[in-house]
Amino acid sequence: MRLITHNMLSCNIKGVTNGFPLKIESVTVVEKEVDFNPDFLRHMFAKIEWKALVEGARSMGYEELPEDSPDASELESDDETFLRKLHHALLELHLEEGALVCPETGRKFPVNKGIPNMLLHEDEV
Amino acid sequence: MSSRIAEIRLVSSHREVYEPCDDSFALVDALLADRINLIEHKPKICMEIGCGSGYVITSLILLLKNELPGVHYLATDTNPIAARVTQETLQAHGVEADVICTDIASVLEKRLAGSVDVMVVNPPYVPTPEDEVGMEGIASAWAGGENGRRVIDRMLPVVDVLLSEKGWFYLVTLTSNCPLEICLVMRKKGYASRIVVQRSTDEENLLILKFWRVKDEESLDKETSSESFVSQFSRYLSSFMEKRWR
Repeated sequence: MRLITHNMLSCNIKGVTNGFPLKIESVTVVEKEVDFNPDFLRHMFAKIEWKALVEGARSMGYEELPEDSPDASELESDDETFLRKLHHALLELHLEEGALVCPETGRKFPVNKGIPNMLLHEDEV
Repeated sequence: MSSRIAEIRLVSSHREVYEPCDDSFALVDALLADRINLIEHKPKICMEIGCGSGYVITSLILLLKNELPGVHYLATDTNPIAARVTQETLQAHGVEADVICTDIASVLEKRLAGSVDVMVVNPPYVPTPEDEVGMEGIASAWAGGENGRRVIDRMLPVVDVLLSEKGWFYLVTLTSNCPLEICLVMRKKGYASRIVVQRSTDEENLLILKFWRVKDEESLDKETSSESFVSQFSRYLSSFMEKRWR
């Protein structure tokens, strides 16, 4: 699972109102190179919750993202430094082994072989 | 040149996971038939609910990847073994999708709402006793309860939430699922529909439906009256009956 997907996931245990973002506990992180695509990044940027991305990246050992969400002009700038960092954080870091933790209940969802198991127990539905 | 769809010999398997079968092939054929349109559609996020062996999502990626490099692919399954098998199938083909083990798409509904441009679903559509629905393992791949509609009917509102304004939705159905009724349910949510592929095998009569959102009521009327799904269905049903009576 990559951070682009982590940014779309929330805990849906019954009664939980604040299930986003899930905290990442990383055991193994793998990097895989992906072709750089600025158009795709600009499109996705609007959907990304910045703080969740920064924290997620940090918990996977990547600290290069700026704390505050950059404004749109940086996406259009000729200098691709920012877009390259965004690209790396969103698409090239894979959480292989670890867990996702619900921010409200502390319930842990295991991540094995890159797949988060978000299934709920009967009493959580 | 790399193959355009997933190769069966590279599709991973497990006794608790549904293997690619006529329904999977019909769905991939529908995507192949619509490939040019899909490329012009320029989706940014594509998703499969119930990815099973991974044959369909892998094929979708292979179909689009040369022409459309910047697409994010997601796949979900309620069976953890299926999620793993899908991951293996993707890896064997050297392609990338994020796989999540969840019931339908419940963990994505909030944050992914209105973002999915292409959704593909081969649901558990086989009519079965109600108590077989939602069992663990391979049964979750086919058990559909009364008319095979129990899971389909839970999926439709989720798909409606996740699809973007320009979203397309491909769904495998059987004639016994009352597909016309499914089209009417979706029509009420503002979707036009058509049959992309129809196929009769020894055991089942498969229809691959495609749905797309229509902006206003007037054009929905136009879309559904010109190449109307009602007339499409009656044509399909009469040809099917003819075959059967012969």
